[in-house]
Amino acid sequence: MKVSLSRTWRVSKGLAYREPVVTLPALKRARRSTVVLKYTMAVSGLIMVGYLLLHMYGNLKVFAGQDGFDEYAHHLRTFGEPMLPHEGLLWIVRVVLLAAVVLHVYSAVRLAVRDRKAAGYKNGTRYHSKQNRRGVQRSYATFTLRWGGLVIALFIVYHLLHLTGNQIHPGGASDSPYERVVNGFEIWWVYLSYVVAMLAVGFHLWHGIWSAFTSLGQNRADTRRGSRLTALAWVLTLVIVVGFLLPPTAIFFFGLGS
Amino acid sequence: MRIFIRAWRQKNAEAEGKMVTYALDGVSEHMSFLEMLDVLNEQLTFEGEDPIAFDSDCREGICGMCGIVINGLAHGPEVTTTCQLHMRSFKDGDHIDIEPWRAKAFPVIKDLVVDRGAFDRIIQAGGYISAPTGSAPEANAAPVAKHDADDAFSAATCIACGACVAACPNGSAMLFTAAKVTHLGLLPQGQPERDSRVINMVAQHDAEGFGGCTNIGECTASCPKGIPLSTIARLNRDLLGALSRGEA
Ligand code: HEM
Ligand code: FES
Repeated sequence: MKVSLSRTWRVSKGLAYREPVVTLPALKRARRSTVVLKYTMAVSGLIMVGYLLLHMYGNLKVFAGQDGFDEYAHHLRTFGEPMLPHEGLLWIVRVVLLAAVVLHVYSAVRLAVRDRKAAGYKNGTRYHSKQNRRGVQRSYATFTLRWGGLVIALFIVYHLLHLTGNQIHPGGASDSPYERVVNGFEIWWVYLSYVVAMLAVGFHLWHGIWSAFTSLGQNRADTRRGSRLTALAWVLTLVIVVGFLLPPTAIFFFGLGS
Repeated sequence: MRIFIRAWRQKNAEAEGKMVTYALDGVSEHMSFLEMLDVLNEQLTFEGEDPIAFDSDCREGICGMCGIVINGLAHGPEVTTTCQLHMRSFKDGDHIDIEPWRAKAFPVIKDLVVDRGAFDRIIQAGGYISAPTGSAPEANAAPVAKHDADDAFSAATCIACGACVAACPNGSAMLFTAAKVTHLGLLPQGQPERDSRVINMVAQHDAEGFGGCTNIGECTASCPKGIPLSTIARLNRDLLGALSRGEA
């Protein structure tokens, strides 16, 4: 029996026997495990969900008209003065959000790369059978977590350039945030890209909210259907998607602000 | 009935494998899936070909030895083990694809047989208790809540067949690991090692090269014993607690 020792696997040729070689103690490895990466995804994801709820509330101020909306945008920047510096609150939120996005995407990439290897693909194929490609019960939302996440990431960049940074201004530039919003969403492709992004967010969250609580160990239901967590995921997802779609829909279809 | 079997043939761990189609006549719907393979193997042996290697032992759904991905599904179209699947689930003229469990941590040894030693090492890492249990204790001495007893028992029905890994798009063994963590962690005898168990078993799970859990649930849908996904949530909860207390 020839025993060869690679860096990661102890293998004995002839006997079908191999075992992983580990160097770190178990506690350290558990702290870096896939489960901990999932805690990170869950917490960062839920922070982003919290932010989306606040953001959505802000957007609905569009219905308060130009003065109401612009005043709200101004108020966000002066909140807490003089205790906080100008834009102090916004910067706190931005730093927390940036950390959440970085941790979320970092964990997503680490897990996705590992998962792909673990599934035992060979030459791009796992199972050769063409039947039952969609699995037994998995939903469309679970297929689109990774691609959907990418769509959301691209949208966030475009969205920041448009409405936060004011570097691009489809429909015409303005100093008034309200006018920038209205000018933008009167254009069909701006509206459409927004709808697509919101659908991606919807799918992401419908699975994601439920999944995050499960990752954090807070799911005690035996089946997904009918559980309280499922209801929570539905409600939050619907509130967020509908809430975000109301203002641009009112602008595009019902001429709000023009 | 007459069926067509498209089987994964691979000489040994190093060899490249490929799918090969065989026609098989005279299959009765009362045959179990493995009996059908026995008949096919007899035919292959008569023809001087190497029979298809597959694992089985009890053939009554309790040992966890058998396991074939049938038409892309772990253990095939019914929620049961491959040995308990019957040919009545198929019809005359069907093309049936049979492949081994696929995961980096389950290397193919031959044809449909994979090395599931990774599961043994996960058990070795913590799937046991060290308290001397002696003979059966007096039943009322240490009360166990009914739902804990039920959950522990249903987790303990895991036969370690590996269908969860084969079904999981991430090749994760989290359902197996969680079942083993749960069935001991819910009972009084399992408490002394509760923290170290979950830490060591999760660490071993990852060292073996299994993937992470995305909470998709393909594992539970394929599990012949119906172990629920909440078992994984319990593992997540236990690990969170163990890590916050911080010693293995
Ligand atoms: C920036 C781009 C994003 C990418 C690339 C991304 C990617 C992913 C991926 C791949 C998963 C599945 C992880 C796994 O189970 O292995 C996931 C889960 C999740 N995502 Fe995202 N995501 C993004 C943005 C967001 C946003 C904006 C939110 C919330 C508003 C969010 C909330 C969540 C939640 C709650 C989960 C569930 C966490 C869990 O399963 O424990 N994600 N994301
Ligand atoms: S052979 Fe024992 S479970 Fe199938």
